[in-house]
This record gives sequence, structure tokens and C-alpha cells, in this order.
Amino acid sequence: MNEIVIKTDKLTKRFGNFIAANEITFEVKAGEIFGFLGANGAGKTTAMRMLCGLSKPSSGNATIAGFDIYKETEKIKKNIGYMSQKFSLYEDLTVIENIRFFGGIYGISDKQINEKSNTLIEQLGLKNETKKLVASLPLGWKQKLAFSVAILHEPKIVFLDEPTGGVDPVTRRQFWDLIYSASDRGITIFVTTHYMDEAEYCNRISMMVDGVIKALDTPTNLKKQFSADSMDEVFFELARGAKRKGD
Amino acid sequence: MKQFLTFVKKEFFHVFRDNKTLLMLFGIPIVQITLFGFALTNEIKNTEIVVCDYAKDAASKRIINALEASKNFEVTKANLNHHQIETSFKTGKIKLAIVFPNNFNKELLHLKKAQLQIIADASDPNTATTLTNYVSNIVMNYQLELIQNNPIPYQITPEVRMLYNPELKGATNFVPGVMALVLMLVCVLMTSVSIVREKEKGTMEVLLVSPFNPFLVIISKAVPYFVLSLVNLTIILLLSVFLLDMPFNGSIILLFTVSSLFIITSLSLGLMISNITNSEQSAMLISLMGMLIPTLLLAGFMFPIENMPKPLQFFSNIIPAKWYYIIVKSIMIKGLGFSSIIKETLILIAMTIFLLLVSLKKFKIRLE
Repeated sequence: MNEIVIKTDKLTKRFGNFIAANEITFEVKAGEIFGFLGANGAGKTTAMRMLCGLSKPSSGNATIAGFDIYKETEKIKKNIGYMSQKFSLYEDLTVIENIRFFGGIYGISDKQINEKSNTLIEQLGLKNETKKLVASLPLGWKQKLAFSVAILHEPKIVFLDEPTGGVDPVTRRQFWDLIYSASDRGITIFVTTHYMDEAEYCNRISMMVDGVIKALDTPTNLKKQFSADSMDEVFFELARGAKRKGD
Repeated sequence: MKQFLTFVKKEFFHVFRDNKTLLMLFGIPIVQITLFGFALTNEIKNTEIVVCDYAKDAASKRIINALEASKNFEVTKANLNHHQIETSFKTGKIKLAIVFPNNFNKELLHLKKAQLQIIADASDPNTATTLTNYVSNIVMNYQLELIQNNPIPYQITPEVRMLYNPELKGATNFVPGVMALVLMLVCVLMTSVSIVREKEKGTMEVLLVSPFNPFLVIISKAVPYFVLSLVNLTIILLLSVFLLDMPFNGSIILLFTVSSLFIITSLSLGLMISNITNSEQSAMLISLMGMLIPTLLLAGFMFPIENMPKPLQFFSNIIPAKWYYIIVKSIMIKGLGFSSIIKETLILIAMTIFLLLVSLKKFKIRLE
């Protein structure tokens, strides 16, 4: 459990004069559920995109699963899963076609895809829906499916960018059950969210304000530190000084 | 390779699940070919024509009989003078006038050479050409009859005068134009839209995070449209040869090879558009306004390039469809071989390389 899978050192992204992410330094251990919190426009998505290799940092260093984010992006890609803020499955493909497609582009063999998709469909209770277009599923199911597809290739780390946006609390709870079971299997979860109740579910969280990490600890310690009763209060305490508004 | 095939399969799913795309893919070429084809090559029946027979001899009578027998014409015999003919044209009473001069038969018999005048209303150039062709055919047939009966060749030269639009340029042969247009439509519009759709939906990010090579993403997106374009091309060719009786004089293999080149050119254009836009709507607008309309207007099959002002003539050179149009005409209609289209082919290759370089460079930047 002590292996460090994400390590960043003064990771910075500038867009002209605007510093979206300013000298971010943190570590995430294997199997951890790491919450990456911040208001809109705080730089969460930018930071995450750098870690996934979607965006090149302006300065600083980072290693993901032990690989350098400048030189070894191809190796990183094999070891991470990603679920984007926008819905990340194909709506005009059926459930099973989506699973086969994403399994296929990660180079998983047909036999393995079949085994995995059977387990996955069983687990999600989608047995009768496998031949239905994803577009016809309720949003909650889509997102659970998207998550399962993102970890289909058993990555070391999965990045979730606001995975539960627009979903009701019950479905969100179910979604977190999936996250926990993935974490139990040793997959490191890196998740951004707006919902402070979700922050409580994380092992450790970082709070980002105006491109800088203002706080980083376990939820319990953070509440202690800010003498707050809930993560909501911690968030308000930190975000009050924010100058940036919205995306 | 297996990853690549998985991706291509997915692209085919996209195409076949989307009725709008399917309709565009297969509806447009069929409708265009049928419309353009029939509008231009359909028989013109029962046209009012006037015959001014100043000769009134055996030869003219035979030709007039044949004209009257033809389903294409409603013949009125009247010996009008030049002004009266002009008036009939202006009032729209007739579309065509035929004048047999005095001594038609005599000249034919003694000089072995005679002339008759066909005057057509070329304000509608297509009708005019078709009608004069009908008359020329009838005259030719008569000539053949004479030759059979007599070893010494007789020659009747129909002297055709096209009123109002004497040169009659650019009005025929829409099929090569439609081919260019449809390939352009399928490749530019559909490729750009399908790539931009992934960006808009957010799935592009997921693909870029995956170990799948980003360049392969683009190539696998292009494959279905390449295949479908070839299918489309075949449909157009079959329709035009069997339905419209278009001539096909050249090599089919050569035509398909060069068409593949043009398809790749168009795909690169679509790729470039997808690089500069982020929404389906703007991709569609740029493809339509920026590509299809100039293609339609400036490639030379709607309006002859020779008649355009110099700046437009110059501008038309950068339109790939112009060169493809020339190539298709040369191969299909003129039946020419590769040696005569080397220049056009090289221009298309140069354009493709340029477009591919620019868009791949841009694509790389976007990834960062």
C-alpha cells in the first residue's frame, strides 16, 4: 500500500499570462481514493489533463505509475483509465459494443473481453440491456457503465473528472460502491468532484484554490485543522479568498 | 491491427446507425444523378418547329417527312423570311427553324454537296443542342440512304446557328461534376463532422488518453468514408451508364485510381476543417460554405471557368474538384489515358500532401 503511484513536483500550466495550475506538488499512494477538490475554474481539470497526458505541463515534473509524464506518455496511457467530465461512451453503440470497443482499443483479447463483459454486466444488472443503445439508458446507469469501462483494462490508476455530475444521491451512492470495490482491488482512484458529501468518502483530499493547492489531508484532519463540522465548511473557508470565478 | 479494426468497425456502426448520414450518403448521389441526368439528356418531345422549304424538291421532302415522323417534333411548314423567323422565336412559338435553300436537291446531285440551315433558340442551350442533334441525325440518316444507293458520296452539311448563346459551353456532362460534388460532400463534410462530434461529445479525450495512436484515430475515421465513397462512385457510374446512357470510353481502373486520390484529397480537407472547429455546426457550415459552394460554382461544371473574371479564374485553381472534373471528363468521355492527365494528377497529389501536412501538424498541436 505504500507504493507511490502519482508524484508531482511543482507542476505548472500557463496559458499566456494566466496560470491555470501553479506549482502543484503532491503524492498519491497505490489503492488510495484521492479527492481533488476545488471551485469551478480552480484548475482541477487542467491539472488532471496534465496527469493524463492530454496537456503538456509548462514546467515542473511528475511521474504516473512510475513513468515520466514527458517521456513515457505511451507507457502511462496503458496504465491509466479515464472518465471525462462529459459522458464518455458512444450513445449510438449498444452496451456490449461499447464494452468491446473500449476493450479492443486497449488491446484486450476477445476472450478476456467476453469474460470481463459478462462479469461487468452481471455486476451492473444490465443483463437485459446489453443489446440496447446506450442512449436509451438512464444517466445513472450510463455513468456506472462508463466507470466500469474505464477500468476494464485493470489500470493502476483511474482518473475520474466529475463523474457524478447531474446524478441523484442514491445513484451517486451506488457509484461510490463501484469506486470502493475498484479501490479494494488495488486500483488507485483520482477523482474530482463538486459534491462535498463525496469528499467525505475519499481517503485523502486536496483543495485547490486559484490554481494552488491550499490544503491536503484526510477529511478528518482537514475538519480538525479548520475546526469545521463538515467538508462544506472547510470548502467555504478555503474558497472564500478565491479570485477566479467559474470556468 | 486488431485495435485498428475494432475502431473501423465502430465507425461503420456510427454511419449505419445514423439515418441522416445514410440518407446523405446514398440519397444525394442518386437524386443528383437522376435530376441532373434527366434534366439534361431526357428526350424532348413534340417541340414546335418551323420548316421553311424553299427547295420543294425530292430531297427536302424526304427529310421533312422524316422530321414529321419523328416524335420529337411538331412540324409547321411555312416559308417565313428572316424577320418572321426571328419574331416566332421571340414570341416563343418555336424552338427551332429549318431552312432548305433553293436548289437543295440540285446542288446535292450535281455538286455532291448541299447546305441547309438549322436555327435554334439557344437561350436554353441544352434544349437547343438536343434539338439540333435530332435534326442532324435525321439528315445523316438520309445521307446514308443516298450513299447506299449511289457509290459517289453525297454530302449535306447542316449549318447550325446557335442564337443568343453561340458557344454553348459548359452545359453538358454533369456526371463528372456530380461525381466531384458527391465525393466532396461525403469526404469533407462527413469526415469533419464525425471527428468534431467526438470532440464535442467528449469521447475524443477518452480516445487520446487510451494507448490507441491518435493518428490511427484519424485514419480509422477516414477508412469508412473512403470505402463508402468508392461505393458511391460505383453507384453513380452504374446509374450514369445504364440509366443515362453516358459514354464510358476510358479505363475503369484508371478512373478508380484517380478517384481514390481525389477522395484522399477530400478526406484531408475534412481533417483540416475538423482541426479548426470544435462544434458540429461550425464544421458543417465551413464544409458547406467553404467547400461545397465554391466547388459547385468554381469547379467548372456549372459555369465555364473561361467566362469568369480573371481573379476568379485564378482562384478556381486551388479548388481540387476543378482538377478532378477535368480528369474524369478526360477519362470517361474522351477516353484518354494516364499520359494526358499527368498534370492534373500531380496537382491533386501536391494538394493532398500539403493538406495532410498542415492538418497533421495542427492535430499534433491540439493534443498538447
